[in-house]
Amino acid sequence: MSKEQGVSEDFSDIPGTYVFTPEHSRKGYALNMFCMSLNNAANREAFRADEEKYLGKFALTPEQRETVLERDWLGMLRLGGNIYYTFKLAAFDGLSMQAVGGKMSGITEEEFRRIMITGGKDPEGRPRNKLSLLESDSG
Amino acid sequence: MAEIVGGFGTSHVPAIGAAMDHHKTNEPYWRPLFAGYEEARQWMADAKPDVAIIVYNDHASAFSLELIPTFAIGVASEFPPADEGYGPRQVPVVKGHPELAWHLAESLILDEFDMTIANEMPVDHGLTVPLSISCGQPEEWPCAVIPLCVNVIQYPPPTGARCYKLGKAIRRALDAFDPNLRIVIFGTGGMSHQLQGERAGVINEAFDAMFLDKFVSDPEALTHIPHKEYMAQAGSEGIELVMWLIMRGALNDCVREVYRHYHVSASNTAAGLIILENA
Repeated sequence: MSKEQGVSEDFSDIPGTYVFTPEHSRKGYALNMFCMSLNNAANREAFRADEEKYLGKFALTPEQRETVLERDWLGMLRLGGNIYYTFKLAAFDGLSMQAVGGKMSGITEEEFRRIMITGGKDPEGRPRNKLSLLESDSG
Repeated sequence: MAEIVGGFGTSHVPAIGAAMDHHKTNEPYWRPLFAGYEEARQWMADAKPDVAIIVYNDHASAFSLELIPTFAIGVASEFPPADEGYGPRQVPVVKGHPELAWHLAESLILDEFDMTIANEMPVDHGLTVPLSISCGQPEEWPCAVIPLCVNVIQYPPPTGARCYKLGKAIRRALDAFDPNLRIVIFGTGGMSHQLQGERAGVINEAFDAMFLDKFVSDPEALTHIPHKEYMAQAGSEGIELVMWLIMRGALNDCVREVYRHYHVSASNTAAGLIILENA
């Protein structure tokens, strides 16, 4: 290992990416465990009935709570959320992974879908096919 | 002796299972992907395994941040499909093989791989989608299954080198198991993809092609890829590819590539599939 003991490697040079490091995990524990609770159908109903009341059962920070209520998908990741957990909230809302991918990229689901069928994004995060956002055929 | 009759590497994208569950496999979007699965299913039917060892990762279904085993092995006689937040997949219950699973657990631990042993473990798309890809939609899965679950969500996942060595230890355990059983071992996840952040949507066909080529001819070289390189080049969730190295480690150093299929994209993922037999 080429790093100091107990210190996570620096991933800040990977653009647009929130690596789920120990630091991230500690910060996001309650947020992710709230999302995890949505695996249970009865919990989904309780959350549907009263989102704010249901969130009161988890030790979220006010900022985390706001990102959940606002469905701020990038905000949740910045505050310690992990995509496999936050996606449970997206699925609760009936969103596909491509819809969430679009929201995190600042584009529509259809635009995101077009990027994906034309080769996805390169490691810098740019669509590989520059025309993918201009084409009208959804394929 | 339990004989490995093949290694099956495949992506486990949930949307692939959903496309099958909702009868969408003939739609133009999905047809090219599923066309490539037909030959793989035929191989699986001909291989007639008694047991499939499926290396996969749980996605906040059986395990959560409450408990994060690096390597867990399921020893139960059955494993129910998990509710991942939108109801369980309507696929058959997965039957286990407790005798071989306990033998593997015992052998691996004494071989210095400290496995977590799971007697209760719902299985999510990480395990059921590879079964759907390889077996289609039968009333019952055609073989018993031993789930081998790897943490790749909480950083750090085990290294590629460690995974490869675990595969070799699995092979030693199988070689020492008395009853004659036919085994297919699955390595699942990947290939290049990123689900999260502003960079969601990363695909790297060149990286994936390199990985598949070396996977056949020089897997040792792949064991030196650091986590950060997977994440930078193959997307943050591309790190799942370390799980394929467990499968590869269980095979002979020298293998024959029987089949390969690669398609961009299935949902947000480059879907890869490879079948290897011992040479």
